[in-house]
Amino acid sequence: MEQPEQNIATGLQQPQPQAPPVAEPQAPPAPQPQVPPEPGGLVFDVDKVSCYYGSFRAVTDVSLSVHENEITAFIGPSGCGKTTVLRTLNRMNDLVPGARVEGDIRYRGASLYGKDVSPIAVRRRIGMVFQKPNPFPKSIYDNVAYGPRINGEHNKRKLDEIVERSLRQAALWDEVKDRLNKSGLGLSGGQAQRLCIARTLAVEPDVVLMDEPCSALDPIATGAIEDLMRDIKSRYTIVIVTHNMQQATRVSDRTAFYSVLRNEESDTRTGVLVEYGKTQQIFEDPVDDRTKAYVTGRMG
Amino acid sequence: MAITADQPQVHLSEARGWRRTKNRIATAAMVLSFVLVIIPLGFVLYTTIAKGISIISWQFLTSPIPPQVLPADVGGIGPAVLGTIEITAMATLIAVPLGVLGAVYLNEYGGRGVLGRLIAFFSDVMTGVPSIVMGLFLFSIWVLHFGFSGFAGALALACLMLPIVIRSTDEMLKLVPNPLREGSYALGATKARVTMTVVLPAAISGIVSGALLAVARAAGETAPLLFTILTVTTANPNIFSGPNTAIPSQIFANATSPYPGAQARAWGAALTLIVIAFVLMVAARIVTARFTRYSR
Repeated sequence: MEQPEQNIATGLQQPQPQAPPVAEPQAPPAPQPQVPPEPGGLVFDVDKVSCYYGSFRAVTDVSLSVHENEITAFIGPSGCGKTTVLRTLNRMNDLVPGARVEGDIRYRGASLYGKDVSPIAVRRRIGMVFQKPNPFPKSIYDNVAYGPRINGEHNKRKLDEIVERSLRQAALWDEVKDRLNKSGLGLSGGQAQRLCIARTLAVEPDVVLMDEPCSALDPIATGAIEDLMRDIKSRYTIVIVTHNMQQATRVSDRTAFYSVLRNEESDTRTGVLVEYGKTQQIFEDPVDDRTKAYVTGRMG
Repeated sequence: MAITADQPQVHLSEARGWRRTKNRIATAAMVLSFVLVIIPLGFVLYTTIAKGISIISWQFLTSPIPPQVLPADVGGIGPAVLGTIEITAMATLIAVPLGVLGAVYLNEYGGRGVLGRLIAFFSDVMTGVPSIVMGLFLFSIWVLHFGFSGFAGALALACLMLPIVIRSTDEMLKLVPNPLREGSYALGATKARVTMTVVLPAAISGIVSGALLAVARAAGETAPLLFTILTVTTANPNIFSGPNTAIPSQIFANATSPYPGAQARAWGAALTLIVIAFVLMVAARIVTARFTRYSR
C-alpha cells in the first residue's frame, strides 16, 4: 500500500488528495491535526526489522503492519524483544547507547529511520506510556500541560482546556479536579498511570505506544485503563505490549506473538515474530504450534 | 490446638555466646567513635562561643577595624564582614553556574566521551589541590598583572568551590531516575528541554544545598586570600580594585597578635564566621524542604 511521502523532519507533508496539508509543528503548533482517520489505514509498516544492542541481536526479521484506530497487542515470553520493537516505533531506542535498527519502518508512508528524520518530531506524533508510571515531580496540572508547553502553548485558557480534556479522556478528571496543583507523585499507582496517559494524550499524538502499562497495577486499576483504551481508540492508534494474554484478548484487534529463538551454535538468543493476525485468530485458531502452546498456557 | 509432647522444641530466644559478644563490641565501638568525633567539635564550639559571645554586637559587626593595640570594646570587624560578603558572593556567582553547567555536561551530554572523562578526572584532582596553592596560582596569573583585589580573592575561592559544586551536582543528577527523562523525551522534548524542565528541577534541592555547602566552605577559607586580597583594615566596597579584607584573614591577623584586644576581636570574628556557616546550613535545609514540595 503506497502512501504519499511525508517529511517527518519538518512536519511538512506533501498534499495528499484526501487530506489538507497539516500545520507545521515547530511554529507554535496547536495540537496538529493529524492525518485524518481513514478507517483501516496503515499506520506502521514494519519490514524485516532487526534490532541490535551493540553486537547483540535482540530481535530478528520482524515484519508486521499496524492499522489505524486499532489496538495492536504484542505478546510473548520475557526477553523476546517485544518492548524493543515497540521502542523502535518512536525511536526511543535512540536513547540507548549502542542500539541500532536494520530494516525499514514506514510510518504513514515515511521512513522512520530516514536520513533527515528528527526523533523529536517523530515522538511528538508517536507518544509512549511506560511500564512503571513516571509522573514528573510537578503538580498534576503541570504534568499534563508539560507536552503542550514544550510545543509552545502558553495560553492559560487553552492549557486549562487541554488539561481538562486530557484528564477526562484518561478517566481521571473526577478524581483529581479539586487537587490539580498537588504533586503528581501523591497519586496511587493506577491514578499515576492514568496521569501519564493523560500527559501523552495532551499533545494529541497520532499513535500511543504502551509498554506493559498495567503490569504495576491491581486488577481494578487495570480494568480502568482497559476501559480507557477502548474509549480512546476511535481517536488514536494504540500499540500495547502486554504479558497478560487475557488483556490482549480483551482489548486488542490484532495480536503479534513473539518468541525467543535459541541459536545452538553460538549460544545466543534472539527474539522473533512467530505469528501475527487478528486477535481472535491468534487465540482461537493459531497457525504456528509455538503460538498454540503459548496461548493455551503450555509454554511461557 | 495443644502442642503435642512429641513435637520438637523450637528455640526463639536470642542467641548467646560469641554472636552476642560481637554485637556488643560493635555497638560499643560505634558509640565510642561517635563520642570521639563529637568531642573536638563540642570543644571548638564551646570555646568560640564562650570567648566570642561577649564581644559580638551590632556595633562590633559594623564598626571599622581599629589598630590592634586598642582594647576589645573599641571598634569591630565591619570592613571584614563587608569584604567576606563581597568576595564570597562573587565567587559563588562564578563557581555555581560554571559548576552546574559542567555537571550537566558530564551527566547529560558528553559524559562518556574523552572530554567528559578528562573533565571528571581533573575536577577530582582539583578537589585535592591545597587551598594555599590556589592562592599562589591566582597570585601568579592575576595579582602580578592586575594587583590585589577582592576579585582576585573571589577567583581563588571560585577555583576551590568549582570541584565541590561539580561533584555534588553530578551526584544529584545521577539520582534523577531515567524513566523521568524518557517520559519527557516521549513527548517530543529536545535534550535541552529535558534537562531544563525535568532533570534540573528534579535535582534542584540537592544542587542548591551542595552549592550552599561549597559557599560555607569558601567563606571560611584563609589561605587563598593571603596572596590575593592583601588583608587591609579599611573597608573597600569596590571588589574589582584595591586590596580588600575578609573575616578569616582578620582572624588570622588578630589571633597572631600579642594584644588582648585584638585577640578578643579574633574570637568574635571566629564566632561570626561559625554563625554565617550555620545560617547557610540552615538555609540549605530550608531550600531543600521548599523544593521537594512536589517530590515526596
